[in-house]
Amino acid sequence: MNTDPSTATLPRRSWTSAAGPVGRVLRYVNDPWRRRWGFESIVWVYIAWSLFPVLIAVLFSFNAGRSRTAWQGFSLRWWFEDPVESLLHNPDLRRAVIQSLKLSLSAVVIAVPLGTLFAIGIDRWRGRVASTAQFGVLFAFVVPEIVLALGLFHVFTRVTENVVPRGTLAQIIGVVTWQIAYPVIIVRARLLSIGREYEEAAMDLGASPVAAVRRVLLPLLVPAILVSAGIVFADSLDNFVTVRYLSADATSEPVSVKIYTASRQAPSPAVNAAGTTLLTISLSGVGLAFLAQRLSAGGWRGRGRGGRNVRRRRKSPLSKRGLPLPEAAPGEGEPI
Amino acid sequence: MDEAGGVRRKRGFGRGRAFAGDAQSGAWYPRWFWPSFTSPAIAWQSIFFVGSMYMILAVAFGAVDIFRNPVPVVQPWYWDFSRLTETVGQILSSDGLYRPIYVRTVVYVGIASSACLVIGYAVAYFVAFHAGRRRALFVVLIVAPIWISYVMRMYAWQGLLLEDGLMNRLLLFLPWMNHPVNWLDGRSVTVILGLGYGYLPYLILPVFAQLSRVEPMLLQAAGDLGAGRVQTFIRVTLPQSKQGVMAGLVIITLPMMGDYFTNTMLSGSPRTMMVGNIIDDSVNLPGLGATGAIVALSLVLLLFVPMLLYMRATRTAASAL
Repeated sequence: MNTDPSTATLPRRSWTSAAGPVGRVLRYVNDPWRRRWGFESIVWVYIAWSLFPVLIAVLFSFNAGRSRTAWQGFSLRWWFEDPVESLLHNPDLRRAVIQSLKLSLSAVVIAVPLGTLFAIGIDRWRGRVASTAQFGVLFAFVVPEIVLALGLFHVFTRVTENVVPRGTLAQIIGVVTWQIAYPVIIVRARLLSIGREYEEAAMDLGASPVAAVRRVLLPLLVPAILVSAGIVFADSLDNFVTVRYLSADATSEPVSVKIYTASRQAPSPAVNAAGTTLLTISLSGVGLAFLAQRLSAGGWRGRGRGGRNVRRRRKSPLSKRGLPLPEAAPGEGEPI
Repeated sequence: MDEAGGVRRKRGFGRGRAFAGDAQSGAWYPRWFWPSFTSPAIAWQSIFFVGSMYMILAVAFGAVDIFRNPVPVVQPWYWDFSRLTETVGQILSSDGLYRPIYVRTVVYVGIASSACLVIGYAVAYFVAFHAGRRRALFVVLIVAPIWISYVMRMYAWQGLLLEDGLMNRLLLFLPWMNHPVNWLDGRSVTVILGLGYGYLPYLILPVFAQLSRVEPMLLQAAGDLGAGRVQTFIRVTLPQSKQGVMAGLVIITLPMMGDYFTNTMLSGSPRTMMVGNIIDDSVNLPGLGATGAIVALSLVLLLFVPMLLYMRATRTAASAL
């Protein structure tokens, strides 16, 4: 028994300082920096569980037979070899892939500019009208999607059926209404971290307000705009609830709706192939967007984000009058 | 973010001021300059979002034609509230038609989101504190399912859970399993599993974002002051991650409450019907238009507080992206 009072108050330390194998084990267990193998394996099990079913579904798009459960050998039959039922030759599925792409690209083209402009405006415009507008835009984002989809379904079925019936245009409108909040949230976060100084400097140097926004602010927002474009693209590609209610017939159904419909009948692996195609496009879209964001934000080390960086920059002795450090500005060498 | 906003407001870009810069900068904007940026989005959302929300009211309190299709009534003074009392009765009275569906939905969502919280918190905790240099890899793998279509993921599970699917084939190795289980014939377990699987990645993200903000030095300080690992977690880590947990829970429970496709794809039986299915039926079947709209309104009412929380939480989530 250790009688030294300085260590007696901390019994834990005396255990871990024990010699021999017991002490070594105890030291290992109590080492806060050791690798948590048990914990890590649980996380790996989770990751496997979250991705494994999808990987199996992807794998079965290469099945030689029609089964979704029994592996009958590798073939590209359901991708393009089968002259009737493959993804390439089945007009229904091919059209669905094109429809998915059409909807999500249109959503990006409309929602990202609308959302970006809104974020810029709402960041500088204060007052009751502004906060109401902001509440409205964000509220559309947090309403359960089925509620919005139901409302839009009734609008396009019972009010505007002679002008804009359900179909591609209605679907685009629905998806944009649902997605517009993404660019608002993301661009707004970036605006908060940029601050207003660049713009003011530009105007001190004689730029008009429009020129200051177009030639100073917008370039600074490019990373955020790219990310929101990637997110809107991928999320619209996967949209199901809104797009299903607003599709006119089988010809305007995108892949998500086709998978849903097929899942309730006897789906062929060509449906898996369609799903795999979309999954690949969606993941690479997001991946590319984040890659482009990192590059445009000037390097790999997590710049161009809001949150903690703001505080650090403001407190930095290098930044007089709260000016962000020059490294945060892309294209700083260019004349403005 | 708050700090930045606060700094800016203090510098005096007050409301309604025409001048946006400080006096010596000479930078000024016309009063309409910034509002004009917001006008396209405001116009869009006023027409389509506000319009469709109003249309739900117009259908809920509207009339029906001879085919029992809803005829929306736009003028509030002609609204007919008889369907409202009827449907609310079905929801609230003890022998009401919709009451078990509401109860079931709440139970399913409760179980699924608690399971999500336990698993998701553990995963987020590991990635935030113990992933080391492989943190980016873990984040990518954990976020990946978010960008895979929900319908595709349910379809994948359907394939595994078929009677001759992989799940049964693995289970039949167990000594006490003699015959395959038909997972897809209307089992609550399957639907709850589907909900949990589907929404879990959305919970991890905000929890992870919050946990990564916890200063490691605080944990070390707690240890130095004599707290064990469990105590450090309960008294230091957990309180600091509360916001992220709230955000994550709200982000998953809102869509879960309105979910109908998990149920139709993994069960399809009325025994596991959820609130979303009532709304979905009102779109697909005649005569239910007003009922569906009223159920949708009930969902908005029921979820109003979580929705407000979600609006606050979006900030947390945005900085995690």
